Amino acid sequence: MALQSLDIVRRSATTLPEPQARGAHTGQVAKLIDVTKCIGCKACQVACMEWNDLRDEIGTCTGHYDNPADLSEHSWTLMRFTEYENPKGDLEWLIRKDGCMHCADPGCLKACPSPGAIVQYANGIVDFHEENCIGCGYCITGCPFNVPRISKQDKKAYKCTLCSDRVAVGLEPACVKTCPTGAIVFGDKEDMKQHAAERIEDLKSRGFDKAGLYDPAGVGGTHVMYVLHHADQPMLYADLPENPKISAMVGLWKGVSKPLALFAIAATAFVGFLHYIGIGPNETDEHDEEAARRELEKTS
Amino acid sequence: MSEPKPNEIVRYTPGTRINHWIVAISFVLLALSGLALFHPALFWLTSLFGGGPWTRILHPFIGVVMVCAFALLMVKFWSHNLMHPRDWAWMRQMKDVVENHEEKLPEVGRYNGGQKLLFFTIILCLLALLASGIVIWRVYFSLYFPIEVIRFASLLHAVAAFVLICTIVVHIYAGIWVKGSIRAMTRGTVSYGWAWKHHRLWFREVGKGGQQK
Repeated sequence: MALQSLDIVRRSATTLPEPQARGAHTGQVAKLIDVTKCIGCKACQVACMEWNDLRDEIGTCTGHYDNPADLSEHSWTLMRFTEYENPKGDLEWLIRKDGCMHCADPGCLKACPSPGAIVQYANGIVDFHEENCIGCGYCITGCPFNVPRISKQDKKAYKCTLCSDRVAVGLEPACVKTCPTGAIVFGDKEDMKQHAAERIEDLKSRGFDKAGLYDPAGVGGTHVMYVLHHADQPMLYADLPENPKISAMVGLWKGVSKPLALFAIAATAFVGFLHYIGIGPNETDEHDEEAARRELEKTS
Repeated sequence: MSEPKPNEIVRYTPGTRINHWIVAISFVLLALSGLALFHPALFWLTSLFGGGPWTRILHPFIGVVMVCAFALLMVKFWSHNLMHPRDWAWMRQMKDVVENHEEKLPEVGRYNGGQKLLFFTIILCLLALLASGIVIWRVYFSLYFPIEVIRFASLLHAVAAFVLICTIVVHIYAGIWVKGSIRAMTRGTVSYGWAWKHHRLWFREVGKGGQQK
C-alpha cells in the first residue's frame, strides 16, 4: 500500500535515514486485543477478507476450531483456539486472534534485502509493498512471531497491514470495526495502554491475578497488543512467545557483518594491488628457460 | 587440439579448462547476485540478472551448476592437492613467497602449499554453501526445516560466501602476480622455464615421463 499520507520512517534494505521532518506527533497507533472478551466468532476474519478482498481456499476439517488451519497469503488474521485446564481443574477456552504484531523493531524489515519492500510508517504500522518484494522469504526468517507467508501463486510475501489504507483516512481497521464484543479496540497507543490497565484491574478483581498486557519489550513493543488473563504464561495462547526478539543470528547476519564483509573483500583486493605496485609480479625470464633446458638435457 | 610448441608443457587439457571456466563463470554470477542480496548498496546488481525476483530465482540454480562442475574438478585434482611436509615448509616461508624470493623456497610439486590450502578452503566453503543454500531455498526446501535452522543457514551461507569470495580474490591475484600462469588455464600450456621456476618437482616428473595430462 503506497500511501503518501502515511510517512515512512523506515524502509527495508536502505542505509540512509528516511525524511524525518514530519512525524506522528499526536502519537502512534495500536490495536488492543482483549483475549478475555473474545468469543471466537471469527467476524474479524470475515471483515479482513472483505475489506482486503481476500478469499482463502476452502480447507478441510482438521479436528479443531482453527479455520483456516494457518495464516496464509489469503488469511492475514486467524483465531487460534486453545483448551486449557487451569490448576483448579476448570477448562478455559483461550482464543487468540493471531496476525502481524507490527513490532516497533520489526525482524522482517531488518532481514529484507529488497529496498522498500517492507516499510514502517511514523504511526507504527509495518507494511509490505509487494511490488518491491522479490520472494526470498527472509522476512519469515526474521519474524519472531511466524507471521509472513509467501504466496504459492506469485511468490510474494503477505501479512496483515493493520488496514493501513483505512487508518490513513482516519478509519479503524476492519477487524476492529466488526468485533461484536468490543474485544478489539484501536487508537492512540498510550490510550490503548490506559484502556488495557483498566481492563487488567477489572480482571484482577475477578480472580485473574496474573492478568496483564502483552507489549513485548524485546521487539521494542508492538502496535498490536493483547490483554491476557495469564500474562505470566503467554505460551498458553497457541505458543505466543514469552520474550520475542530478533534472533541473534539474524542480528549478526543483517547487522555488522554486512559493512565489515564488504570492507574485508575490498581490502583483500587492495592488498593484492599494493603487492603488485610494491613488490611486483613474479616473472619467468630467459635464465629460467635456460636452466630448464639444461636440466632436461642432464636427465635425458 | 593443436600440438604444444617446443619448450611448452601441457598443464591442463581442454576438458579441464572448460570445466574450470564453467566453475569460474558461475562463481562470478553467484558472487554478483549474492552480494546484490547481501548488502543494500549492491542491490543494483540485481539489474544484471533481470531484477530482484529473477536474481532470487536464478542464484540457487547457478549454485547447483557451480557445485556439480566443481565436484568434477575436485575429483580430478584431489590427489595432486594432498599436503606434504614440503608444502607446510613452503607455507612457513610465506615472507619469501610474497617477496618473490622463490630460490629460497623448498621445491614444489604440481601445486604449492598455498594452492593446496586454497583447494581445500574452496571445498569446505562449497559444502557449507550447498548445505545452507538448500535450507534457505524458500520455494522448494525451506518448509522442511525449523526456523532456527533456517536462521543459522542464512548466517552460515553469508559467512561461507564471504570466505570463498576472499579466497577467490587471492586466487585471481595469484594468476595476475605469477606471470605465465593464466595461459595454463586459457591455452593449456606453460613454458619450461615457468614449470622449472614454480613447480620444479612437477617439471622433473613431466620431463622424465614425457607430457602429462
